[in-house]
Amino acid sequence: MLPDAAHHQAVPGLAHHFDSLEQQTDATTLGMWVFLVTEVLFFGGLFLVYTVYRSLYPDAFIAASHELDITLGTINTAVLITSSLTMALAVHAAQLGRRKTLMLFLVATMVLGGIFLGIKSLEYYHKFVEHHVPGPAFQFEKKYVRHAQIFFSLYFMMTGLHALHMIIGFGIMSFMLWWAWNGTITKEYFSPIEISGLYWHFVDIVWIFLFPLLYLIGRHAH
Amino acid sequence: MSAHVIPTRVYYTIFAILMACTGLTVWIAFLDLGPLNTIAALGIAVFKATLVVLFFMHVKYSTRLTWAVVLGSVFWFGILIALTMSDYLTRAWRTFG
Repeated sequence: MLPDAAHHQAVPGLAHHFDSLEQQTDATTLGMWVFLVTEVLFFGGLFLVYTVYRSLYPDAFIAASHELDITLGTINTAVLITSSLTMALAVHAAQLGRRKTLMLFLVATMVLGGIFLGIKSLEYYHKFVEHHVPGPAFQFEKKYVRHAQIFFSLYFMMTGLHALHMIIGFGIMSFMLWWAWNGTITKEYFSPIEISGLYWHFVDIVWIFLFPLLYLIGRHAH
Repeated sequence: MSAHVIPTRVYYTIFAILMACTGLTVWIAFLDLGPLNTIAALGIAVFKATLVVLFFMHVKYSTRLTWAVVLGSVFWFGILIALTMSDYLTRAWRTFG
């Protein structure tokens, strides 16, 4: 057994307060998951409000949901799932120390994230044009006008908070691209890519639930 | 973790299943299944999320402590929903007094 200092110099990427790379990676993964638990409950509050109001006003929610563009919603779901694939492949490339492949997949993930946000802003634009933004200018079928605003408030808050997470993810990926480019990320020290991936996949999971809950309710009725 | 480099074909397979499930959930939404529509939509979403967590997020290959944290988040979210809805859904029952 080497003395501590010599042992650590012999293992590149290992911080002095960890015994082994495996322990270090397990610790960073666990830390990221603890953060993601707080995120689950952060979004959870909005999902709870959605559940309460949908159970109170099911008909208004169905009528309001019909105003969302199911084609754009489905395309965006596919775009986001594809970005999760490129993210998983980026982590894979990082684990094998393939720097160029890693950078390529990080860029691909960012491009797909950008397409998602572009489509999302197009949808927001349509909502403004159609007077479906809650407030004094809101227009809707008379009997649902009050409760449809609750649906659209939730729509904008939930997709808006999700989009904010995408924008932050975009920033994280830019940072990771820089670290991949300047050689900070190595075959031994790939944890930053791994935990950035955990964040990106989490944001994907939030959308996996938002899509059916916002876009797909009561679709058979029309 | 560094010992668990997952073959890329696993990622491609999971991706294909996720895309198929997306198509399936849209298709099912246009069928009239009554209350089963919501159950089917959420069931498919939970299935998709589980695949992402287990394979894309590598939880299948992670430590037991990570498993505990992941399941803990689901459990706490369950408490949030269950206790709140047990209040809201039973308010109309208050016919006494």
